[in-house]
Amino acid sequence: MSGNTQAGLVLGQEIGAEELAPAPVRRRAYGFSAGKWLLPVYCTLALAFLLVPIVYTIVFSFNDSVKTNIAWRGFTLDNWLNVCSEPGVCEAFGNSLLIGVTSTTIATVLGTMIALALVRYRFRFRAATNLLLFLPMATPEVVIGAGLAAQFLSAGIAKGLGTIIVAHAMFCLSFVVVTVKARVASLDPALEDAGRDLYGSSSQVFWRITFPLLLPGILAAALLSFSLSFDDFIITYFNSGSVNTFPTFIYTAATRGIPAEANVIASAVFLLAIAIVLIGQLSAQARRKRLAR
Amino acid sequence: MALTAFTGPVVSADASGARRGGRIALLLLLPGIAYLLLFFLAPLVSLVITSLQTPSETVFGQYDFTFNWQNYGEVIGTYSEQILRSFLYALLATVFALLFSYPLAYFIGVVMRRWPLVQSLLLILVVAPFFISFLLRTLAWKQILSDEGPVVSTLKALALLGPQDHITGTPIAVVFGLTYNFIPFMCLPLYTTLERLDMRLIEAGRDLYAGPATTFRTVTLPLSMPGIVSGTLLTFIPAAGDYVNASSQFLGGTSSTMIGNVIQSNFLVQLNYPAAAALSILLMAIILVLVGVYVRRSGTEDLL
Repeated sequence: MSGNTQAGLVLGQEIGAEELAPAPVRRRAYGFSAGKWLLPVYCTLALAFLLVPIVYTIVFSFNDSVKTNIAWRGFTLDNWLNVCSEPGVCEAFGNSLLIGVTSTTIATVLGTMIALALVRYRFRFRAATNLLLFLPMATPEVVIGAGLAAQFLSAGIAKGLGTIIVAHAMFCLSFVVVTVKARVASLDPALEDAGRDLYGSSSQVFWRITFPLLLPGILAAALLSFSLSFDDFIITYFNSGSVNTFPTFIYTAATRGIPAEANVIASAVFLLAIAIVLIGQLSAQARRKRLAR
Repeated sequence: MALTAFTGPVVSADASGARRGGRIALLLLLPGIAYLLLFFLAPLVSLVITSLQTPSETVFGQYDFTFNWQNYGEVIGTYSEQILRSFLYALLATVFALLFSYPLAYFIGVVMRRWPLVQSLLLILVVAPFFISFLLRTLAWKQILSDEGPVVSTLKALALLGPQDHITGTPIAVVFGLTYNFIPFMCLPLYTTLERLDMRLIEAGRDLYAGPATTFRTVTLPLSMPGIVSGTLLTFIPAAGDYVNASSQFLGGTSSTMIGNVIQSNFLVQLNYPAAAALSILLMAIILVLVGVYVRRSGTEDLL
């Protein structure tokens, strides 16, 4: 998520906040009495406005375009059926997947370890550690991108897949820590104590009790990290050299016109992501209902 | 620092049975911290070093380290317009995004409280733009706002726009794009605070004969300050450094170049690394100062 790095944090916060007790339910209508309908109408329009470019992108993935995908020329399924016919699109997409998976793995492992240490242990330099984790989230992406590029330049490292992965894992790390930390904090230490009381070794306690309980948080962090990596443009562009990711492909293609196949990939990713989020929300809802009974 | 402004309530180390742990804590922390030192802090240092370099006299395209502080003076002199513009655009986008998002977040977080499922579905709609490529959704706006698009033709038909006027390529389009792209960042933290708003306090305001406007100003608004602070930070910081919206392939034009565009072209096109580095350090320093002052003044000291 280019430029969206910071927002991922909020998503993480959402995921972490799930465990909190529900706020008191209101008992009667609030808000401005004159605007009983004003607010719902405004919100419908506002949400519709937010969806405009998404609908546009999906609709134009079905456009029977020739060279540029600007004017509507008629409906076709060709773009969806032959996504890889456009040179470069699928290669860039494949690179993005590879980078996303690798950097997410690095960030998730390192981030989970830090989160465990932050919640479970008291140590010196705690404030400094927190600051070091916070700063990457408060630094504009151009600065991070230019900094890494300057570092690779002075170290004589050629830009490519490796440098992109290193950069992505770096900015995803803080988001993983924040997301997993919420989960570690909500964990009941009594469960681990019980494991120890039953003569479980510390590694048994970790892998049989702690890790399975943390898994939803870790998965959420990994998904967040992957989506941040997948859509990052600014940092990537500074450190990609000649390698194209999906966003850098779109950026360079923007001058001559975006092929409809790019819309196909973006739409497919969008629909898949929405499906994952929907399923997650609905199953959380079902779980809450079951627990309430 | 404004750590909790981003991360929500601090998790106390003592609350969950924290142990004093020398070696294990160190082993858990070391790899990640080393990674951040190597790939976050060290790059910032090399950025500072690069910003003080001078072009080599012997080899073209090479730079030597010389404590060349004039680089900063030069970039401020040359690009003061772009620097000011970036912060102005970011400020405008932040204000617009706040005005746009507050009612929406209030509706989802407070009015819809009785229907948690509807709440989550509405929230998914708010974050939906996250899931489609940032660049493609900006390009979609470019097409919609282009001279052949529906918006321009409607405005021209209504004579609100002259026959020679455009939307794309103007500052209006850039601020619009920044606002649109960062609305979810504003909306989510606002929602998180408003969702936990204790409605009994608002009832209390009413019982004390305060009108809706007074109740809002004296109760709701102060209580939602944490959300406002983190939402505005999450919008302002990336907006100030953004260069996609302002780039001429997207919504911007020559009169709306931002500091990010200048850094990018200096670094990647003109290979003038010292200028790009000096601008980056400047951008970061200004943002840190602004954020520090803002968090202090917004009356949320406990966020520090």
